[in-house]
Order: sequence, then C-alpha cells, then structure tokens
Amino acid sequence: MTTTRRSVLGGAAACGAALGGLPWRSARAQAANTIRIGVLNDMSGPYRDISGPYGLECARQAVQEFGNRGFNVEMINADHQNRPDIGVNIARQWYDQGVDMVLDVPTSSVGLAVANIAREKNKAYVNTGSATSDLTGPACTPNTVHWMYDTYMLAKSTGGAMVRAGGDSWFFITADYAFGHALERDTANFVRNAGGRVMGQVRYPFPATTDFSSFLVQAQASRAKVIGMANAGADTINTVKQAAEFGITRRGVKLAALLMFLPDVHALGLQTAQGLILTESFYWDLNDRTRAISERLRPRLRDVRPNMASIANYSATLHYLKAIADMGVAASKVAGVDVINRMKALPCDDDAFGAGSIRPDGRKLCPSYLFEVKAPSESRGAYDYYKLLQTTPAEEAFRPMSEGNCPMIRA
Amino acid sequence: MDEIFGIPTPLLFGQLLLGLINGAFYAMLSLGLAVIFGLLNIINFTHGAQFMMGAFVAWMLLNYLGIGYWWALILSPLLVGLTGVILERTMICQLYKMDHLYGMLLTFGLSLILEGVFRNQYGSSGMPYRIPPELSGAWDLGFMFMPVYRGWVVVFALFACITTWLVIEKTRLGAYLRAATENAPLVQAFGVNVPRMITLTYGAGVALAALAGVLAAPIYSVNPQMGTNLIIVVFAVVVIGGMGSILGSVLTGFGLGIVEGLTKVFYPEASATVIFIIMVIVLLARPAGLFGRA
Repeated sequence: MTTTRRSVLGGAAACGAALGGLPWRSARAQAANTIRIGVLNDMSGPYRDISGPYGLECARQAVQEFGNRGFNVEMINADHQNRPDIGVNIARQWYDQGVDMVLDVPTSSVGLAVANIAREKNKAYVNTGSATSDLTGPACTPNTVHWMYDTYMLAKSTGGAMVRAGGDSWFFITADYAFGHALERDTANFVRNAGGRVMGQVRYPFPATTDFSSFLVQAQASRAKVIGMANAGADTINTVKQAAEFGITRRGVKLAALLMFLPDVHALGLQTAQGLILTESFYWDLNDRTRAISERLRPRLRDVRPNMASIANYSATLHYLKAIADMGVAASKVAGVDVINRMKALPCDDDAFGAGSIRPDGRKLCPSYLFEVKAPSESRGAYDYYKLLQTTPAEEAFRPMSEGNCPMIRA
Repeated sequence: MDEIFGIPTPLLFGQLLLGLINGAFYAMLSLGLAVIFGLLNIINFTHGAQFMMGAFVAWMLLNYLGIGYWWALILSPLLVGLTGVILERTMICQLYKMDHLYGMLLTFGLSLILEGVFRNQYGSSGMPYRIPPELSGAWDLGFMFMPVYRGWVVVFALFACITTWLVIEKTRLGAYLRAATENAPLVQAFGVNVPRMITLTYGAGVALAALAGVLAAPIYSVNPQMGTNLIIVVFAVVVIGGMGSILGSVLTGFGLGIVEGLTKVFYPEASATVIFIIMVIVLLARPAGLFGRA
C-alpha cells in the first residue's frame, strides 16, 4: 500500500474532525443552552458591604436552589467602582459577549446609564441596587425591572412617618448626584404635601466628602426639626456619627436616615444608631420564611446577615430563571424584552419577599417596613437590630404608575 | 453686623472653627509627607493607607486586647511606624538612586494592596469606635455647639506639629537631618549613620500619619478607604505649601481647611474642588509653592 501525501493529509483532517469536531459542536450547543448572568456592582467602594460580594453570593444561592431544569446558568461579576463610564463599558462588553441579563448595579448614576445600554442591545436588565425612582419613571424602558426599593418608597415610608410624628420642617443633606437628588426630591414632595416645609438643603460632593460637621451645623442653624440624610453607605454612617458628636439629636432635632441598610447600622454600632427610623423591604428576622432563607445563606455570607439590597439579587435571579424555564432558553435569547414581559406576566414568590408581582412599568412590588433601631439593651446580639414599627402593603408602598411619567405607560 | 455676604455671622464663625479642625488633619498628614519628601525624596503615596492603618490598629487594640484610646494614641503610631521602618528597609531603600516615578509607583501600589487587604478582612462600611468618655460632651460657645473631642484634636495636632517643627529646626538631630538633606555623603563622612537616620525619619513620618488616624477614628467611620479621600487633598496641600517645606505644609494645612470650610457654606458643591483650584493658581504664580524655595 502506498501512502500518498494526499491520504495522509486527508486522514489527519478526518481525525481532527473526529476529535475536535464533536466537542466543538457540543460546546456551541452548550453555549446556546446556557444562561449567562452578569452581576455588576461595587466590590471595593462605599457601597461594597450593602451588596458587593454578598449580593453575588445571594444570586449564586438562587442558582443553586433553582437547580438544573434543562439549561445551565453561568454567573460572572465585575466592579463598576461607582463610575457610570466604567459601568457602561462593562455592560456593553458583557451584552456583546452573550451575557443575557445584567443584575444588581447599585449607584443610581450607573444604574440609569446601564438601562440605556440594555435597551439599545435589547437585553434583560434587573436593577436591584440603585435607588432612583426614575428607573420606573421618566427613564423606564421595556428592558428594565427595578427590584425591591426606590427613593419614592423610602420617602413615603420614612418621610411620611416623620411628618406624622410632628417633624414638619426639614433640612436636607444630599449627595450631589442622581440618587441624592431623587431621594431629596421625592421626600421633599411628601413633606410639602403633608403640610410641612423644607428649610434648606446642602449638596455635597460625592464620594469625596468625609466631614459632614459643617453641613450639620448649617442644618442646625436653619432650625429645622428634621435633618433628612439623602445619602447612603459610608456617607450616612459618617453623618450619623458626627451628628451624635455635635449633640444634634440631644437637642431635639430628629435625624431621618432616608436610605439605610443593616450593614450601616452594624458599622455604626447600636450605641450611636439607636432610635434611628429607617425603611427596608427585608429584614432577616421578620418571619419564618425570611429566617429560613437567611439561615440557608449563612454558609455563603458567613457572619453577615443579608439586607434588602443583597437579598434582592436572590429574589430577582430566582424569578428571572423561572421566566427562562417557562419560555425556554432558545426563545429567551431572541429579545430581552420578551424575557422581561414574561417576568411581568408570572407571579413572584420567594422566601425573601413572599408573594408579589411586577407592574408594566417595570416596578417589582413588595411591602415596605418602617423600622426603629433597637437600643443596645434590647438587642440579643449581632444583627438583632430592628423593631418593626409599621408595614406599608405592596399596593401602597410605591408611586402609582399614573404619577411616574413613564413613557411606556402614557403611550 | 448680623450677616456677612448673606450668611449669619455665628454660622460663619462656626464654619471657620470647623475648617480649622479639618485643617488640623491636613496639617498633620502633610507634615509627615513633607518630612519624608524632604529627606528621602520619596513621594509617599502610602500615607493615606498608613493613616487608615493607624485608625484600624486603634480599633484592633480596643476590640482584641481591650486597650483604650489613650494607650492607642501611643501604641498605634509606634506599631504602624514599625511597619514603616520595615517597609523602608526592605523596599523603599532600593529606590533612592532611581527616578521619583519608581517611588511613587511602589508606594501607590502598596497603598492599593493595603486597602484591599483591609477591605477583604473588614468590609467597606467601617467599624464603630467611640469617643473616649473623658473627651465626650460639648461646649456651648454661643455661636455654635463645639464637641470637646474636636477641640482636643486641634490642640493635639498643633502640639504634634510644633514639636516636629522644633525637633527639626532647633535640635542637634534636626540639624543632622537637614544637613543630610543637603548633602548626605558629606554628613556620612562626619560619622553620622545616614541610612539609619533615613529609616527612622520614614518611620517617624508614618507614625505621624498613624497618629492622625487614631485622632480621626472616633469622628470618621473607621473604614479601609478613609485615607483615599483625604490623601489627594493632602498632596494638594503639600504642593501648595511647597514640597519639603515643614512650616509651609502646616500653615497651608490649617489655611486650606478654613478655605474649604467656607466653601461648604457658600457653595458646598465645590467643596471638594476648591483646594485644587487654589493649587492650579499657586502653581501658575509660584511653581515652588507658597513657602518653597525655587
């Protein structure tokens, strides 16, 4: 038998096809059968402890609990450093590389910017981290769902309660970017509608400010009864700490923590934080279901308890995967809008937030809870921090669709 | 007169005082930077991380060993200063003959690593650290409510700055230091151990940063990025004051604290930018800084 060069080459090609072809084809089949979720959040800055690595772990828990229902789920993560330019670049790159849904995205300026990219690429976008109510207002898109909380809900719950308790004149200390502005605007509306007055406000540079004493003294000079802190994370912690130092609360002025999370209270310590009024849509010790999911998350979060922002990633991922399972992976890859519409059509139910639904403007509905921070003597240990004061039912907690100015709803 | 530029006078006095307090931190930090730059010719970008470490060590002493604020005021600068000595001996000493840029890269990289390590271990929201009971409470000054602790910070920072200045300008050790800055080989020829002096100077500069960190712990959130926000401003302070000028950095620190405090009343949105605007103007008019020698 003579061996020609042609037969050698042919044989090599055949072997190559036999060896390499199959896995190659199956890898492609696998990619088509894989849902890719990108968790984009703050892994290193002031909002890291609110979600960051904990939010990522909560999302992973959802994937684990969802189990294998005929498709694979892959999760990637990046740090947007609270900068819109970085966040937009990552989101664009992710969507182009086949990421099906971007999740989390705290920091309202970044959250709003990524919403535009999701719409442009027609992909799914579930925001659990940003607070601005504009995401379901003027900036709403058919590709966005906004989970668990927003500035309107915080303003209504905390602001409303403060005004009812006699705090009818306000001074705002506001982080000078999209989130701070939205929170100040929404709260000021509630105060004015309830017959209260806004005595003034300062807008300080974010994130370059650590000393708030100057603003606190200005707030005190305005003679307002309530100082509204339209900020979050380390900024709120510094403001509360310094307000205690300047004896502001001892002189009868109330502090309204318009956005505060469990890790913030942990960082302040109960000695300083006691008596603060705040709103969250989740607390680990709320009922049997919240205790159960918090317990299941314990191996992942170690000693840290989840808060509404981190655990929203669990709830949102679970609901998203249910929608995918319902419509099929192939159909979900066609257009992000279809997935979002399916998410809106399906009822939500999970251990973190119980039963709920998503409105046509993209708002996920859930009850909001008004809490008071316990005194050190009332607490049984780490993370036993909240006393429930009042519950606002899901239908009343958020801004009515008719008032949101969402272009999709008016059309 | 009740108002100046539409701002009530009492409020303005209050802001001047608060500016002075923030200036105390700028002064202490820029002093350490100026001392290090003056002798080592190293732009110590790790300074912010070392300030943060000072606060964290105070927190650790309290929570792990039960050692309170007053001892922390001594122990924390010593411990952090010691890490500075080790850093200088093992890494920074390799860079003296190279371009400034290498020192900057090394110290900047180190600060990122240090912050990352602390963030991994302790998270970003920070740790509670209470004002010592002896210094809690406040005085009513009439025009404002002045926490005792802030008053203590200003007095202590002034004391630390004046002491450092006296040591450098008026003692024999300071004379050696200044001589070594001018001409190290000659000073060494007279039998002074210059490398050891350089190491100890770096350690002392770092200890000053840690001391400022301990002072800051009860009023700012003790978190890994607490130095990052401050250090950029402090660099601007050093540049405005004149690189390497001790007195210049202290005076500029207090002065710019006041300017920043006033900006917070008149146009708070610009309070993070105003120092850099001043820096640009000073660099255009006097490139060597206000107190520097060209």
